[in-house]
Amino acid sequence: MPSTLATPPDAEALYARLLDQVRRAVAAQPEPPLLIGIYSGGAWLAQRLHADLQLAQPYGVVSSTFHRDDYATRGLHPSANRTALPVPIAERAVLLIDDVLHTGRTTRAAINELFDFGRPARIDLAVLVDRGGRELPICPQLAAATLQLPDDQSLALLRDEGVLEGIRFRFDLVRK
Amino acid sequence: MPRAHNPQLNKNGELRHLLTPEGLPRDVLVHILDTAQGFVSFGSREVKKVPLLRGKSVFNLFFENSTRTRTTFEIAAQRLSADVFNLDIQRSSTSKGESLLDTIANLEAMDADVFVVRHADSGAPFLIARHTPPHVHVVNAGDGRHAHPTQGLLDMYTIRHFKGDFSNLTVAIVGDIVHSRVARSAIHALTTLGAAEVRAVGPKTLAPDNLRDMGVRVCHDMAEGIRGADVIMMLRLQNERMSGALLPSAHEFNMTYGLTTERLALAKPDAIVMHPGPINRGVEIDSAVADGPRSVILDQVRFGIAVRMAVLSIVASTESPA
Repeated sequence: MPSTLATPPDAEALYARLLDQVRRAVAAQPEPPLLIGIYSGGAWLAQRLHADLQLAQPYGVVSSTFHRDDYATRGLHPSANRTALPVPIAERAVLLIDDVLHTGRTTRAAINELFDFGRPARIDLAVLVDRGGRELPICPQLAAATLQLPDDQSLALLRDEGVLEGIRFRFDLVRK
Repeated sequence: MPRAHNPQLNKNGELRHLLTPEGLPRDVLVHILDTAQGFVSFGSREVKKVPLLRGKSVFNLFFENSTRTRTTFEIAAQRLSADVFNLDIQRSSTSKGESLLDTIANLEAMDADVFVVRHADSGAPFLIARHTPPHVHVVNAGDGRHAHPTQGLLDMYTIRHFKGDFSNLTVAIVGDIVHSRVARSAIHALTTLGAAEVRAVGPKTLAPDNLRDMGVRVCHDMAEGIRGADVIMMLRLQNERMSGALLPSAHEFNMTYGLTTERLALAKPDAIVMHPGPINRGVEIDSAVADGPRSVILDQVRFGIAVRMAVLSIVASTESPA
């Protein structure tokens, strides 16, 4: 049963948990997967995970824009056409990263976009928050938190760029 | 002026038809250029196709000849997964006496979603846009002497790609300005995007002084016109202009207004040279310039596909009620 949140979850604490989960998942594979973040929040996460894990292969960014199923009603968002995959993904294991998993439609569109660049060996999904409300059969392999938020609440990841401590994340709780 | 008054925009100010850059707000033009940017890198994809226009029918209606524009519209629509129909109108019903609106009504009955229209008569795409039902979109691919908005926009994309911001730019447009829909669309777009100075360069017969009303500086002297320019846009000298009293000869034009290496030296050292094609080598532009390091003519063609993809994907997703 969905329960309304009064305050947003602690994004930094969740990031620390996700980092730990990703570190173990990477170590368990013979070859580290390519980290690919979904634009924009997932891309921030991929960038920071990539730096904290000191991975040799560059991280990638994938945009869901061209494959969205709400294009006919919502149109195009030009700022989001940002797919940038610095290494070929064909036959590689991919760890797809997003900030919040909700209906699963963005994940579906991002996976379709990835396949326009090649056939990955496998794709796993890691998210900061799985907030429930799925409309497609999509399930994260790694999630720092699992909640059941009501439809009229949404979480937005924000990024503060501090001088000393580097990038810090926080969540904004939005009521529709 | 309220946006609702522009027939190209819906009540939310979104682009429904693209008929002319004239009167389009700056943010609409920038939105098209930004969207095109996402389509430029399409070559790096294994699958050079996205499903944005899947299930939509795009009809290319070219009442006037064109190879480049029609082909790039066709490529653009196909890369967006639309079904594309090229109608050889010149040889079909129009020549049997059918009126333009009857032709359109028949094509609508075939469930068209987008009409890409080129017509020798200025205003024909406007007429079609006014008589199509709300869910149908019209893109002008060149009408008479009036407008060629996707060419104007791809020119803007090219300038932005090489020069960044418009606000410090001097752009010289050289040749037959008065008969050129390419020049008109470029001038309107450049003015809206805030170019510092736009010059119309040509003989009085082809670049008359009343072009000043469009906000350009008119120059009848080629050296004055291109001196210090950041961008030189050469126009194709149309052969039919030579037959009348407008120009003595192609050779004469080349001597006075042709872009040679020597003349190009008058522009800024990093000036780019553009041309909408097809080029008349040795008439408006010398081969040494057209094939030289400052020429971006083939980049224009490449960007043209991305800009047309942007325009098609934007209009096709705009909700209809005006």
